[in-house]
Amino acid sequence: METIHILYIGRHLEILETVIRLINANENWNGVGVMNDEEAKDVFLRKDFSLVLLGSGIQEESETELCAFFKNIYPNISIVQHYGGGSGLLKSEILLALENNKN
Amino acid sequence: MENTDKIIDNTITNSVLHKANTRGHANHGWLESHHTFSFANYQNRERMNFGVLRVLNDDRVSQGMGFGKHPHDNMEIISIPLEGDLEHQDSMGNTTVIKEGDIQAMSAGTGIFHSEYNKNKDQLVKFLQIWIYPNKKNVTPRYDQITLDLNDRHNKLQQILSPNPEDDGVWIHQDAWFHIGKFDNDFSTSYELKKPGNGIYAFVLKGDFTIGNNALNERDGLGIWDRNTIKITANSANAEILLMEVPMEL
Repeated sequence: METIHILYIGRHLEILETVIRLINANENWNGVGVMNDEEAKDVFLRKDFSLVLLGSGIQEESETELCAFFKNIYPNISIVQHYGGGSGLLKSEILLALENNKN
Repeated sequence: MENTDKIIDNTITNSVLHKANTRGHANHGWLESHHTFSFANYQNRERMNFGVLRVLNDDRVSQGMGFGKHPHDNMEIISIPLEGDLEHQDSMGNTTVIKEGDIQAMSAGTGIFHSEYNKNKDQLVKFLQIWIYPNKKNVTPRYDQITLDLNDRHNKLQQILSPNPEDDGVWIHQDAWFHIGKFDNDFSTSYELKKPGNGIYAFVLKGDFTIGNNALNERDGLGIWDRNTIKITANSANAEILLMEVPMEL
């Protein structure tokens, strides 16, 4: 099965590490976590991501700029606001976004 | 224009009924949980949320066991103990115990870590874990806990949560109001929504109720929207219900 690459951006290191650990617990998913916007853009250019998760601490201005950047590179990219930290919602959000990608 | 909802009828059209036995179920040994909405390994596209109400978990935690330190962000997290005592610790320095009659609210905001353990070695703790999407992202994390007067809900609806720090109950970053009522058999009351456009999710804690044309039993949930008032009737003695008024859109 094809590996699904997921980019998580968040400002809280411990939450970032938890989210990435949870993503990578699924053998078909590969998570990459970054804390700052420039690194996010750089990583996005180097890997074929299916999904971007926006985590905690990202201000509106950054969010707008990041979304515009990602959409400009790959118009069909799914960008999802992730709520709740490393929680029982993460799987739902990812599955739903991937399903919406297919439709 | 006359508010037709004032004429309480028996027909509620805009509603969704979640019978208790249709909820997701997880048994991890130390934790038994029923999920009204998709959570962890329970995934159901038809049960993602009711407005901003995203999680309604009905948890039972074994003696001395619990949820170890774990993170949250951007979520309003409410815990309502139903039996037993829950020991709480968090990254803001709070160490507390919540028990039946208490309510706990946390705004996770930019990020918190917390743990919740069954304080007792000789009895289960049963509690509801409720997560509400916030109306403001990246707020400063905060913790609140209060003890409610259990007599104040007999044959009336006791407000336990609101958006207003000055109002009764705990407060959260969302235009949501929660009430609990404990009713005698055949007791009826109505609930008028606080904010136009909000919906209401009723969850039966104990006993049997009728809301509109819906018969509800223990742990059934009923979501209603596009309505200003609902009528609630208890069909058994000591029947308890939790009403959660929430915005229907994030």
